Amino acid sequence: MATVTVDGTDSTDSTAPPTSLVGHERSALSWALADGLAVTWRNLIAITRIPDAMFFSSIQPIMFILLFRYVFGGAIQTPGIRYVDYLMPGIFVQTIAFGAIGTAVGLADDMSKGLIERFRSLPMARSAVLVGRTTADLVRNVWVIILMTGVGYLVGFRVHNGFFGYLAGVGILLLFSYAVAWGFATIGLMASSGETAQLMVFPVLMPLTFASGAFVPVATMPGWLQAFARNQPVTAVVDATRALMNGGVPTGEPVFRALAWSIGLLCVLAPIAVARYRKAV
Amino acid sequence: MTEAAISVEGLRKKFGSVVALDGIDFDVPAGSVFGLLGPNGAGKTTAVRILTTILTPDGGRAKVLGRDVVKDQSFVRASIGLAGQFAAVDENLTGSENLRLIGKLTHMPRHLIKARVDELLERFDLTEAATRPSKTYSGGMKRRLDVAAALVHRPPVLFLDEPTTGLDPAGRADVWEMVEELVTDGTTVLLTTQYLEEADRLAEQLAVVDHGKVIASGSPAKLKATIGSTVIDFGLSSQAAAKRAAKVLIGLTTSEPIVDGKTVEINAKDGAKVLPDLLRALDKARIKPTTINLREPSLDDVFLALTGHKAEEEAA
Repeated sequence: MATVTVDGTDSTDSTAPPTSLVGHERSALSWALADGLAVTWRNLIAITRIPDAMFFSSIQPIMFILLFRYVFGGAIQTPGIRYVDYLMPGIFVQTIAFGAIGTAVGLADDMSKGLIERFRSLPMARSAVLVGRTTADLVRNVWVIILMTGVGYLVGFRVHNGFFGYLAGVGILLLFSYAVAWGFATIGLMASSGETAQLMVFPVLMPLTFASGAFVPVATMPGWLQAFARNQPVTAVVDATRALMNGGVPTGEPVFRALAWSIGLLCVLAPIAVARYRKAV
Repeated sequence: MTEAAISVEGLRKKFGSVVALDGIDFDVPAGSVFGLLGPNGAGKTTAVRILTTILTPDGGRAKVLGRDVVKDQSFVRASIGLAGQFAAVDENLTGSENLRLIGKLTHMPRHLIKARVDELLERFDLTEAATRPSKTYSGGMKRRLDVAAALVHRPPVLFLDEPTTGLDPAGRADVWEMVEELVTDGTTVLLTTQYLEEADRLAEQLAVVDHGKVIASGSPAKLKATIGSTVIDFGLSSQAAAKRAAKVLIGLTTSEPIVDGKTVEINAKDGAKVLPDLLRALDKARIKPTTINLREPSLDDVFLALTGHKAEEEAA
């Protein structure tokens, strides 16, 4: 080992061990946030590097808008509200729910590669991989909602409750999307590969998005299905978003239900994902 | 003051019923390159994963810079770099972004990151490719980026787990040069490899690992001395001829000739010098070898000499 002389110069230059450049001077929580942000940054860059994936993942929800607006919409009665205004909040929720497939697939892909192994040997927060993945998907959802709003406007969708009504609706949507992302993160951690993850999420997504008030009024469904459709998170979030964006109805109760579902799901799903992550790595 | 940078004592690890490490011991002096040599499944990677805090051992102790890898994880993580057998870089990120990410995640002061990243890109000959996503890199470039990523925070202790596996000869030579340069910086390097040639070239001290145990250790020169520095293979026309040839060759070198099918394998300290003697002896006995092959000993030869069996290929 090198000996350092009084004046600070190394007496044995050639064998002096390098000094680590690792910093220590912040609290664990602030490092956890910084690490989460660093991984978020990495995931967002990855999204911009695969622009074709972003492009084609936007096409599917646009097709759904056109399909329900012009093909099925004429046959669906929505008393007191134009169908396009009824439809768009449902499209928003469906799009972010399906978008969470990306969370599951991305995480499953990460886990099967060497990068996570390296992360585990670094002095970084353990939570950063999950926080970074879910936060990057939250940012992506902001963009997706803006894009869908634009497409909605082109086919006649209008916000009747002012800009703040719209913003509040977006807030409800984003909170829900964050909760869903943690759930799908767990699926991603359980899957052996990105492809498997994709197959695993569909049986969860289909009933939740279609057996809901997203596209048709729940009252038109048979009684047994209504019982499910009325008491599941997608319906709650769609109802709240619709009330906030369209106005004309009391917003308190639906918003409360949506918040309760989203916060409840987040409180249950995030710890499950974290526990699963600790076990997986 | 010759404190070990890495010290491992009676380390054990089991995966289910499979024993990966069966009480392994070794010490790595600070500022040296240490080689863990062994076949697939010998336990090399398990040892590295324990030393880099990725796995918890079932028994025994492992220390990096005097600190326990289980009890003092955050100190150890701040002091080590790891480059694995698979390039652990993000394919969507450019070379420079990959290195910056590691700089951020190792909590380097912001103003140091850029300078350090540029320095490493330059040193690993990646400056030109720095702004390209790393998925466009060749295998050798990816491996260089991977090793660069392990060095961003300038760790005093570096783990290289089979750094040349899967590389072409040029890529391998690149990595070797890089490791030699690191040592001049004073970095302690623990290297695992399946290639005796690589261990011989880079490592000052070696431990040969088989079935989770150290079966021999010492300098490469010492290890080679025990098995001879050259292997001579005589190919013969039949197994009977090979057996006869082996009898003739007994006593001419320090090691016993080994018959393997139609070949006789013999280890010698200095192959070029003893070869004429061996040929003369064969000629006298009227045995004509069909082929003669003079080569450096391989891992298999080391294992043959140390354990009497060839290195077994097993899944890790």
